Amino acid sequence: MPDVAPAVRLRGIGKRFPGVIANDDINIDVARGTIHAIVGENGAGKSTLMKILYGVQAPDSGTIEIAGEQVSLSSPADAIRHGVGMVFQHFQLADNFTVLENVVLGAEKLHGIGAAARAEITRISDAYGLGIEPDRLVEDLGVGARQRVEILKVLYRGAKVVILDEPTAVLVPQEVDELFGNLRELKAEGLSVIFISHKLDEVLSVADEITVIRRGTTVATVDPAGVTSRQLAELMVGSELPSPSTESSTVTDRVTLHVADLSLPGPEGPGQGRPLLDAISFDIHAGEVLGIAGVEGNGQAELVEAIMGMRPGATGSIRLGGVDLDQLSTRRRREAGIGYIPEDRHRHGLLLDAPLWENRVLGHQTRKPWARLGLIDRKAARADTERIVADYDVRTPGVDTLARALSGGNQQKLIVGREMSGEPILLIAAHPTRGVDVGAQAAIWGHIKQARREGLAVLLISADLDELIGLSDRIEVILRGRMVGSFDPSHVTPEQLGSAMTGAGGAA
Amino acid sequence: MKGPRLVKLGLGLAAPVLALLLAFLITSLVLVVAGDPVGEVWSTILGVPEERNIANILNNATVLYLSGLAVAVGFRMNLFNIGVDGQYRVAAFVAAVVAGEAWLPGAANTVLAILAAMLAGAAWAGIAGVLRARRGVSEVISTIMLNFIATGLVAYFLRRVAVREEGSNDIGTKEIPEGSRIPGFSIGDGPTEVYGFIFLAALAGFVYWFVLNRTRFGFDLRATGRSTTAAVASGISVTKMTVVAMLISGAVAGLVGLPLLFGDSYSYGSTFQSGLGFAGIAIALLGRNHPIGIAIGALLFAYLDEQSNPLQILVGVSPDIVAITQGVIVLTVVISYEVVRRYGVRLEQHAVARALEADRQEARA
Ligand SMILES: Nc1ncnc2c1ncn2[C@@H]1O[C@H](COP(=O)(O)OP(=O)(O)OP(=O)(O)O)[C@@H](O)[C@H]1O
Ligand SMILES: [Mg+2]
Repeated sequence: MPDVAPAVRLRGIGKRFPGVIANDDINIDVARGTIHAIVGENGAGKSTLMKILYGVQAPDSGTIEIAGEQVSLSSPADAIRHGVGMVFQHFQLADNFTVLENVVLGAEKLHGIGAAARAEITRISDAYGLGIEPDRLVEDLGVGARQRVEILKVLYRGAKVVILDEPTAVLVPQEVDELFGNLRELKAEGLSVIFISHKLDEVLSVADEITVIRRGTTVATVDPAGVTSRQLAELMVGSELPSPSTESSTVTDRVTLHVADLSLPGPEGPGQGRPLLDAISFDIHAGEVLGIAGVEGNGQAELVEAIMGMRPGATGSIRLGGVDLDQLSTRRRREAGIGYIPEDRHRHGLLLDAPLWENRVLGHQTRKPWARLGLIDRKAARADTERIVADYDVRTPGVDTLARALSGGNQQKLIVGREMSGEPILLIAAHPTRGVDVGAQAAIWGHIKQARREGLAVLLISADLDELIGLSDRIEVILRGRMVGSFDPSHVTPEQLGSAMTGAGGAA
Repeated sequence: MKGPRLVKLGLGLAAPVLALLLAFLITSLVLVVAGDPVGEVWSTILGVPEERNIANILNNATVLYLSGLAVAVGFRMNLFNIGVDGQYRVAAFVAAVVAGEAWLPGAANTVLAILAAMLAGAAWAGIAGVLRARRGVSEVISTIMLNFIATGLVAYFLRRVAVREEGSNDIGTKEIPEGSRIPGFSIGDGPTEVYGFIFLAALAGFVYWFVLNRTRFGFDLRATGRSTTAAVASGISVTKMTVVAMLISGAVAGLVGLPLLFGDSYSYGSTFQSGLGFAGIAIALLGRNHPIGIAIGALLFAYLDEQSNPLQILVGVSPDIVAITQGVIVLTVVISYEVVRRYGVRLEQHAVARALEADRQEARA
């Protein structure tokens, strides 16, 4: 249908921030009824471009056409009016509200807040196979379901173009398959989907067209049938696609972390309801990587926070290299040698409105070389931040830039660099490569393996099963707060792990 | 690197200046509506102060500065200490009693009284801090309530310890002995002396800056203010920080009444000046919690207060008009900082774009 205008046509889009060109002469056509993937390394300008298309940020130059009509979008409300909706990587749902309430919030004018709205939600859910019940509480939903609620929210507002920024980063493989099923339904109904991902295999399997962005500009638009993920990676960064693979075991007989009978009561209090953590015990030896597999929301976050001393109600015993951690504060535990890469970098990992060097100090306030006599030596902190920026390839104009101004992947690289510094004996890494591009992912894996060879113990939590299998010496599956099975990564497939995680299969 | 620095400085000054212009404009509108002589009012207020007025302005500013600092400590941690008013009155009363009793001689007595004031202020604010940390009670509510209680409590105890001043209905604490007062100094040959306490206030400003920007404790405090979740994950005990920040804010608030006590009234009586805590909120906002900014804000407020005194006599307009100006400044400051910030970002983007464009031209050539 050559006479039909594309759903979205971007021409010559440019956007600058202090010290960086985020977008420069971007040209993309998104055809109706297709899934259009956008790939590119960290900081390439993907999120910025999507924010421009969703009216969150104004472009400095260029034009946007939607269904053949040139538009100027100065707010998300504008974008929605033109049929463009966006699902951000960080969900924006109110936990203690129902699905219905979350969906109609801010769109009360469309179908009211009562029966008509409920009917419309059910209709959309059925039409695209989303499987959403309007009266469930959002806090009871898993990550995949929450994401479908976000998508439904966008469709409810009449979107014809749906933007998804790294939607699969938080999903386990089964959920990814479900999501792709939903996206194909959308496409069959004539909607267009634009989606960003760093997982190139996924991109190849679901997209109809792929646009590659490098350093802010579109370098190619390719047909997935004609390229391999290796070629895609080369287009993006000019380097080869890495794959995680464990080298010979470096596990020693020295126990670094000993966790015994760790429990954490649920919100109803001790002895009532289902506990968040239920009698968890394990050891991690020096030089060993223990992987925790599980669908998000099954106690991984609580396990990590209990070990970090951020959960006051936890019972049981935790020892680190012979030191009893139970009575120690979070700061003392960090000082005892724990590096901590949190799952949610914005909530737990960064001060978004502080410069990078202050973020370097965060969590390591009492460490040398900057901590002296209760003072913080700024010069030393700046210098060490420069080191991390160089070693971990953090793309930033300088160490005085605010953390907020970094792209998601570059923020992550800074955190990884920070937590690997200071020679920790235990690294707690929750999704260490979430949101980073293939090149940086390989570099981070390299750093972790290197440290492991030198005797680091690692507690690895990841939704990326390839990463889990590739890095771990042993994998434990967590389900509803309990350890339900132990796997040898050299003999397990992602499919087997996947079914254990959902409780469908037994332990090997 | 020189150009951008200058631009930054210019932008930094542009914001408060814009805010002031806006505030004057709005005040003028009020005057016009009320049918008052706009021109005469401004020429009275904005004149150059005379020597004796300068001393008054400095004295008033000293007090306002301490109040602004006290509020700013809380602001840096996202705590809204509305209770500076109650805290400084409790503290000034305690200091007056201690100094009046003169258990120690001379300057030692002064030091003891100042410490007592800081402790009293800290304790009074600490109640709100503990309520917030342990029970989640908003410090806004609790400090307002504590202001009420402070008023009653001080009035009650004042009656218990008071000595009646000769030939007057006012009651007050015992006078501070001569040797324990803080001597002032005069500028020019005006009759009013500038409080010696002004140096202590400046010292307090320096300590505030140093602690917040150079120490680990200050880092933890600012981190908590920016994100409690990240602070917790970094090992900061947020409950402890909340209590400590309120204690410090209260201790600084404890200083607010002391310039008056040691430099002017020498006793705490029923007429001791009140309401200084609320001005502190406006001044901390105006000064953006920066010690120099707060100083400028305090001087400005003191200047407006002093210059508006003769309005009634000279042009027949109530001096309350400057209270309107001061109130409006708080609003315009918030707006103009945002406007200037956005303008600055745009300016920087253009500069970056031009630089990069030049680079590219070069690369092509
Ligand atoms: N608000 C901002 N202020 C300043 N610079 C910004 C801002 N937002 C983004 N940038 C910069 O723009 C560039 C592009 O960022 P963007 O977030 O679009 O990257 P991305 O392609 O989404 O990367 P990632 O894969 O890491 O998410 C980066 O260099 C980033 O530092
Ligand atoms: Mg991004």
